[in-house]
Amino acid sequence: MREFIDGAEAIARGAIAAGCNFFAGYPITPATPILHHLITELPRIGGVAIQAEDEIASIGMCIGAAMAGAKSMTATSGPGISLYSENIGLAVMGEVPLVIVDVMRLGPATGGATTVGQGDVQFAQWGTSGGYPIIALCPTNPPECYSLTVKAFELAARFRCPVFLLTDREVVATMSSVETEACDPDGARLDLKITPKLAGRESFVPYQIAKADDVPDFSPYGGPNLVRFTGSTHDERGFLTKDPEKVAKLNQHLAAKIDAHRQEIELVISDLQPRAKTLVVSYGITARSMLEAVAATRRKGGKVSSLIIHSLWPVPESAITHAMHGIQRVIVAELNLGQYRRELERLISLLSEKRPEILGVNRVDGELITPQEISETVL
Amino acid sequence: MITEYVTYRNNSPYPFCLGCSHSIVLDQLNTALVKLQLDPHKLVIVSDIGCSGLSDQYFNTNAFHGLHGRALTYATGMKLANPDLKLVVIMGDGGCGIGGHHLLNAARRNIGVTLLVLNNFNYGMTGGQHSVTTPHGGVTSTTRAGSIERPLDIAGTVAVNGASFVVRTTAFDKELPALMAEAIMNDGFSVLDIWELCAAYYVPNNAFTRKDLEKQISTLDFRTGVIRREKRTEYFRAYSEQSASLKKPVHKPMALDAHFTSTIKRPVRILIAGAAGQKVVSSAALLGTGAMLSGLWATKRDDYPVTVMTGHSVSEVILSPEEIFYTGIEQPDIYLALAAEGMKAARRQFASMTQASTLYIRHDLLPVETNARTIPLDLKRVSRNQLAITSLAAVLRHANLYPLEALQEAIRATQRPVIAEENLKAIEKSSALTG
Repeated sequence: MREFIDGAEAIARGAIAAGCNFFAGYPITPATPILHHLITELPRIGGVAIQAEDEIASIGMCIGAAMAGAKSMTATSGPGISLYSENIGLAVMGEVPLVIVDVMRLGPATGGATTVGQGDVQFAQWGTSGGYPIIALCPTNPPECYSLTVKAFELAARFRCPVFLLTDREVVATMSSVETEACDPDGARLDLKITPKLAGRESFVPYQIAKADDVPDFSPYGGPNLVRFTGSTHDERGFLTKDPEKVAKLNQHLAAKIDAHRQEIELVISDLQPRAKTLVVSYGITARSMLEAVAATRRKGGKVSSLIIHSLWPVPESAITHAMHGIQRVIVAELNLGQYRRELERLISLLSEKRPEILGVNRVDGELITPQEISETVL
Repeated sequence: MITEYVTYRNNSPYPFCLGCSHSIVLDQLNTALVKLQLDPHKLVIVSDIGCSGLSDQYFNTNAFHGLHGRALTYATGMKLANPDLKLVVIMGDGGCGIGGHHLLNAARRNIGVTLLVLNNFNYGMTGGQHSVTTPHGGVTSTTRAGSIERPLDIAGTVAVNGASFVVRTTAFDKELPALMAEAIMNDGFSVLDIWELCAAYYVPNNAFTRKDLEKQISTLDFRTGVIRREKRTEYFRAYSEQSASLKKPVHKPMALDAHFTSTIKRPVRILIAGAAGQKVVSSAALLGTGAMLSGLWATKRDDYPVTVMTGHSVSEVILSPEEIFYTGIEQPDIYLALAAEGMKAARRQFASMTQASTLYIRHDLLPVETNARTIPLDLKRVSRNQLAITSLAAVLRHANLYPLEALQEAIRATQRPVIAEENLKAIEKSSALTG
């Protein structure tokens, strides 16, 4: 059996399935439907959803709620992410498990409010000061909106960090036929309850780790331990420090806890055809055009491989490098001027074998990239 | 065993300048906490940025030190996630400036949080710049000739905007611990606007004394003491009461059982070019739902401007016996023209049509130049909000995409009864439209 739903509803259901019990957001096209869904649903199942006074308050409330033990999510679009920037840094520094949905629209500033774009790809990674790894997942359709939202909550709890669901206006607003079990809000509810081993520990040290890539145990406010949180450079106890050794340890840890575990995060769908010389890479709504282009090429007897990137950040380097084996031409299709192509160019420059040429299929006119535009480049 | 808390301070000495009032106020907070005997596990001290932002480090309680001006947003999130927590927010006059919006909204909500404003009329940590509370004429490093702005009445502002317990006093008030205790136990938003001396900057720059501090309040004609003590339902309490009256979850997956059949053998791309108010988007969803009841796959994407009741409304619906990936339409098989605005927005697709395409067009939009087979629709008697659904029913009959009964069932299954009834009545007339 199937149902007819859009990505916004699938994201809301995914959040509920993952145990989300706190949402704060501010109205913004095209993310508003997610706010509407959760404002309607969460209070009915014992959660809280609130329209905050602005985007800064939205993410601020989510951070506070997360530290008090809630499974928090917020949703916005480019202008709102711009306002989130400083608090994203706080969530990185304080190691806050938090899901941030960015429904990308076109262009800088107000841009095209009701128009699709994929221009926040590099911004999601580098949009806060200090420069640390970010996790960003990118769905192509409602079932993936659901499953990657669930995954985002899992990763946020696993790594104690903000996780982006980086999606776009078309994926969120377009309705599609999906199998009913694919987006079931009563589906396997994650038990992300925090580490019972902490109960009443004698002297809890909120940021204690043994190795740089460890994730400190989480203990919520109101729980058995006294918890100290700060956005300033801190020692393991959460006190401000300028001791170079401790400062270095903290900053290296924030990078290492994600970098050293890239394999746990890497999510792609690779469809590699033996003896194919061309690899097409895409993500989000554009990946759907790529799938049709690849099918059309193969129907005509052409050989082509494809790669859908679900985990945009950190870059799934091993999957991409593997897919490029024996490839002479890489095509990256995206609704920006080549933001993710940069990442593939970087990986190509590291290849020891013959380096493939790389081309982009790009649009920034608010229209979708058509399958034909991709096929023409493949041939 | 009952634990008695003799102090909530830890062993670290305060880092504040000699003569700074922060030390006095924090000691008074400690006295208030000892008086209340609160469980430190249930208490979070949330600090802002600036000298006052250091405060949380000197207490053996939970602590949160966040971004400048945003302390109230974090405390609000904590309260909503765990209403058993007692939140004490410590902010300077600087934080009340940059975070003024949050201050207003915390008051409007009457969120169960206590705010202590350590108000010393300038930014101490960054070198004595002026703040929103610098008195008129006050000399600071960014108002060398004296401030020409009017100082913000923090206590007065939150009092008129809904905070339920509001006090203005000075750091030297002997009643501070009692007032702080009352603030913390108040079930709502409490604000203590505590006027202070900044020994590093405001005092030397203005030859400012404790006497001046008191004189200043009277010169400004600001109210002092308890200026609001009101019984008003706290935000989370109100939210919970409202939530308890709501029915169970509303969004349930709606399985569409395919008990009709369609003869479509390949994808059919349908573009509806209409205008706001014609119910293009919702009718397109019904078209897709009916197709799914007939065993087809469907997608629907929409295009509209930021305006609400004006402008174009274009929906692209693809119906297919197989799963659909690309959801855009370059060359429609069916183009339903309902409004000039929509036709303008979808002119590229209009121009792409060949003889293999069919154009269904509102009578009064003719004549048009096209290669498509053209079927005029006489929609004169159809009301604006039923244009899309009525003409789609006509297209369905004429093009034989799937049974009309499937569309009728889609309407009954997804629309509110009153609207469904009207739409069902409207589509009964659709057989006559294509002549």
